[in-house]
Amino acid sequence: MDTLKDVPVGQTVRVLKLEGEGAVKRRIMDMGITRGAEIFVRKVAPLGDPIEITVRGYELSIRKADAQMIKVG
Amino acid sequence: MSIKIALAGNPNSGKTTLFNALTGSNQFVGNWPGVTVEKKEGKLKGEKDVTVMDLPGIYSLSPYTLEEVIARNYLMGDSPDVILNIVDGSNIERNLYLTTQLIELGIPVVMAVNMMDLVKKNGDSIDFDKMSKELGCSIVPISALKGTGVKEAAKKAVSAAGSVKTRAKVHKFDAGVEKYIERICEKLDGIVPEEQKRFYSIKLFERDDKIGNALPGVPDISQIIKEAEDEFDDDTESIITNERYNYISSVVKSCCRKSKKSSDTTSDKIDRIVTNRWLALPIFAVVMFVVYFVSVTTIGTWATDWANDGLFGDGWHLFGIGSAAYEESLGDWELEQLKAEAFIAAAEEEGLNVDGINEALESDEPDEAAVAAFLESAAGITADAEVESDDGTEALMVSAADFEAAIAAEEPDPADFGVWVPGIPVILGNALETLGTAEWLNSLILDGIVAGVGAVLGFVPQMLVLFIFLAFLESCGYMARIAFIMDRIFRKFGLSGKSFIPMLIGTGCGVPGVMASRTIENERDRRMTIMTTTFIPCSAKLPIIALIAGAIFGGAPWVAPSAYFVGVAAIIVSGIILKKTKMFAGDPAPFVMELPAYHMPTVGNVLRSMWERGWSFIKKAGTIILLSTIVLWFLQGYGFEDGSFGMVEDLNNSLLAAIGGVIAPIFAPLGWGDWRAAVAAVTGLIAKENVVGTFGILYGFAEVAEDGAEIWGTLAADFSAVAGYSFLVFNLLCAPCFAAIGAIKREMNNAKWTWFAIGYQTVFAYVVSLCIYQIGNLLSGGGFSLWFIAALILVALIIYLLVRPYNDSHSLKLGKKMFNAQ
Repeated sequence: MDTLKDVPVGQTVRVLKLEGEGAVKRRIMDMGITRGAEIFVRKVAPLGDPIEITVRGYELSIRKADAQMIKVG
Repeated sequence: MSIKIALAGNPNSGKTTLFNALTGSNQFVGNWPGVTVEKKEGKLKGEKDVTVMDLPGIYSLSPYTLEEVIARNYLMGDSPDVILNIVDGSNIERNLYLTTQLIELGIPVVMAVNMMDLVKKNGDSIDFDKMSKELGCSIVPISALKGTGVKEAAKKAVSAAGSVKTRAKVHKFDAGVEKYIERICEKLDGIVPEEQKRFYSIKLFERDDKIGNALPGVPDISQIIKEAEDEFDDDTESIITNERYNYISSVVKSCCRKSKKSSDTTSDKIDRIVTNRWLALPIFAVVMFVVYFVSVTTIGTWATDWANDGLFGDGWHLFGIGSAAYEESLGDWELEQLKAEAFIAAAEEEGLNVDGINEALESDEPDEAAVAAFLESAAGITADAEVESDDGTEALMVSAADFEAAIAAEEPDPADFGVWVPGIPVILGNALETLGTAEWLNSLILDGIVAGVGAVLGFVPQMLVLFIFLAFLESCGYMARIAFIMDRIFRKFGLSGKSFIPMLIGTGCGVPGVMASRTIENERDRRMTIMTTTFIPCSAKLPIIALIAGAIFGGAPWVAPSAYFVGVAAIIVSGIILKKTKMFAGDPAPFVMELPAYHMPTVGNVLRSMWERGWSFIKKAGTIILLSTIVLWFLQGYGFEDGSFGMVEDLNNSLLAAIGGVIAPIFAPLGWGDWRAAVAAVTGLIAKENVVGTFGILYGFAEVAEDGAEIWGTLAADFSAVAGYSFLVFNLLCAPCFAAIGAIKREMNNAKWTWFAIGYQTVFAYVVSLCIYQIGNLLSGGGFSLWFIAALILVALIIYLLVRPYNDSHSLKLGKKMFNAQ
C-alpha cells in the first residue's frame, strides 16, 4: 500500500487508511482527509517539501512526514 | 434584553470582514486572557443591546489547538444566545464540518454562506431551502465584501436568539454509530440538560478528556468505546470524523450543483506561477526586497527619522519646504568651518601659538582681541584645505582674508528656511521656560517623559508602513505561500516559514520585526521567532559595529559581515537548542495548512488591520518603554556630587556610574570589566546606538560622531582585540532596547515568557562572549585561567544541547496549564 508521500505530482488517489493517533491524526482528518476522500497531488514546494494537494475542493499543504501517515490507493 | 451573538467560522471564510460589516467602528480588540489569540468584541450596528463576539478562526472543535479550545470554552461557558456561523460557499464541504459540530452544541445556529458572488461566477449553485431543512438551521446567503445580505443575517440571528426550540432535528450519523451514541445518551440522563446531551455523548465517545473532566459524575463508557472500536477497527475519534464527512458529502451531493467545466480559476493561474518550482524563490526574493526596501530603507527610514528627529527632536520642515535650501546653506557653512580649521592647522605648523584662537572660537562670544591678534600674526599664511565633494577631493587655497570671512560665517538655523515646525521637546521646553518651572521638573518632563513617549511613538510610523504590507500579504493569500515555500528551511530550527519576514524586518528594526511575528499561527513557532528575531543586528546596532571595527580592528572589512553571521548563527543554535527543551518540545499540531485562493483585499480591511496592530503596540508596549526610560533617566541624571545627592552634571558621578562599578566585575570574564563598558551596555537598553554616545561621554567628549571616531584611540588602548569582539557580540545578542522588549511583552502577552525571552537572550549573549574571549585570549597568547576551563565546559554543554536527542512530551501540558490560568 502506497502512502501519499510517494504519489507523483498530477495524480489523483483515494484515501484508504490513516495511521497515527491523537492530535496529528485528528488535525489531518479535520481538514477533510478521511477514508474514501479523493486527493489530487498538485505540486511539490521549490525546496522539495511540503507538497500541495487538492482535497474536497480546496488546496492544502502538508509535509511529507505527515503525508507518510496517509495510506492511499 | 441584551443578546450575545458568537461569530464562528473557518479561517479565510471572511469572518473578519463580516465582523467589521456587522459592528462598524464599534469594536474592541484585545487578547484572550493569557494567550496571544486575538479577542474581538463589538456592538451590532444600530443595536446597543446586541454584542457580537468574534471567535478565533477554527476548522473544528477538537481539544488540540489553542484557538479551538478557546472557542469551545467560550461557547460552552459563556453560553451565547445564538451562533452566527459564517461559511465559505466556494469551499462548502470543509466549512460544513465545523457547522455540524456547532449545531450539536444546543445553541441556535444561523448560517451565513459567504462568497456567493464567487460561487455564481464559477457557475455553481446551492439549494438553500433544501440545505436548511437538512441541517435544521436557517441559512442566509451573503457577500461580506460587498455587504449584501449582512443585515438580513444579523436580523435572523437576533430573532433566532430567543427561540430555544430545542433541536427538533439534528443530523444523524450511520445507524451503526448512532446505536453507540444513543447508549451513552441514556447514561447522561439528569447529568446534562436535554439539548446538550448529544454534544456531550459524542465528545465522551471521542474520548475528549477536557469535556469529560468538566462533567460532574461522568458515567463509565469505556465498554461502549471498546465495542465500537472493535467493530470499526478504528479509534472512536476517527469514526466520528469519518461519519461527519460522510454526512456532509451526502448533504452537498443533494443540495449543491457544481458546474461541469472544471477550467482553472484565476487563482489557480496565479498560483501556478507564484509557487512554481523554479520561479517561486526568485518571486519570493523580489517580494521580500520590495517589502524591505519600502518599509525599512526608504519610506520606513524617512518615517522613523521624522518621528524621532523631527516630531520628537528639534523639528522638521513642513512637507520638506525649505529643507533643500537649508541643506545647501548648511553645506556652505560646513565648508567655511573646514577652511577655518585648515588655516589654523597651517598656522600651527608654522609654529604659531593657536591656543588663543581655538579658545576664542569655542566660546559663544569670541574674544575679539584674541582673534585680531591671531589674524595679525598669521597674516602671511596660506593653507591648503582639502574638500571632499561628489566629484572627488578638491584642493582650496585659504588666505588670512578667507579665514576671517570663514569664522564670521554663522551656522544656519533650519527655522529660517521654508515652513519650519518645531519638535515637541522644543515647544514644551519653551513653554516650561516661560512658566519658569524648576530645573529638575523640566528635565523629568523633557528628558524623561517626552523622551520616553518619543521612544514609544518614534517607531509607530515605520511600523504602520510595515503593517500595511503584512495585512496585504496576509489577506491576498501570499503569506500562506511564503510558509509553503520556506517551510523546509525554517522548521529545522523550530521556526515557521513565516519567520522569514520578522527576521528580515529585524535587520532594520527589531520592534516591527517582533510585531511581524503576529502572522505565525502556531504559538510555539511564534514564541521561538519572537525570542530569536532580535539576534539579527538591527540598524541601531550598526554604530556599535562601526565603533568596534574602527577602533579595535582598524576598520577591517570582515567585522560587519561577521556580526550578521553571529546573529544568524545565534538564531540557528538557539532554535535547535530551544526546540529540544521541555518548553518547546514535540509538535502535536502537524503542518497541515490551507492555501487559500488569491484575492484582492479591500483598502478598508488593510487599513483597519494596520491600525489595530499599531494601536495594540502603543497601548501594550508603551507602558514598559515609558517606565524604563524614566527609571534610566533618573539613574543617569542623579547621584552624589560634592557630597550631596542631587542632579549631577557629570555622568561619572551618577547613580548609573555607581551601579556600573558594582556590576562591572560580572563582565570581567568577558574581557571588559571596566565600569564604563558596563554602563555603556546598560544605556544600550534605551537604544542600542546609545552605547557609542555613552562611551563618548564617559571618555570625556561632549558629543561624538555616530561611529565614535573621536574615542577610537582611547578605546583601542583599553580593549584588546578579543575583548573588543566579545563586547561587540554581547551587545549584539543581549536583551534588546526597551522598545523591542515592549514589543516582545506585547507579542508574548505573558510575563513569564517575556522574562524567559529576555533572560535567555542575555544569558546566551554572556555565554557566547565568555567563550569567545576566554578561548580567543588563550589562542592569542593570553594567560590561562579557571575561566578558560569554564568556557570549555560551556562549549561542550552547547554542543551537547545541539546534538542531544529530541525530548518530546509535556508540550500539551504547558498549553493546558496556560489555559487553565484564565
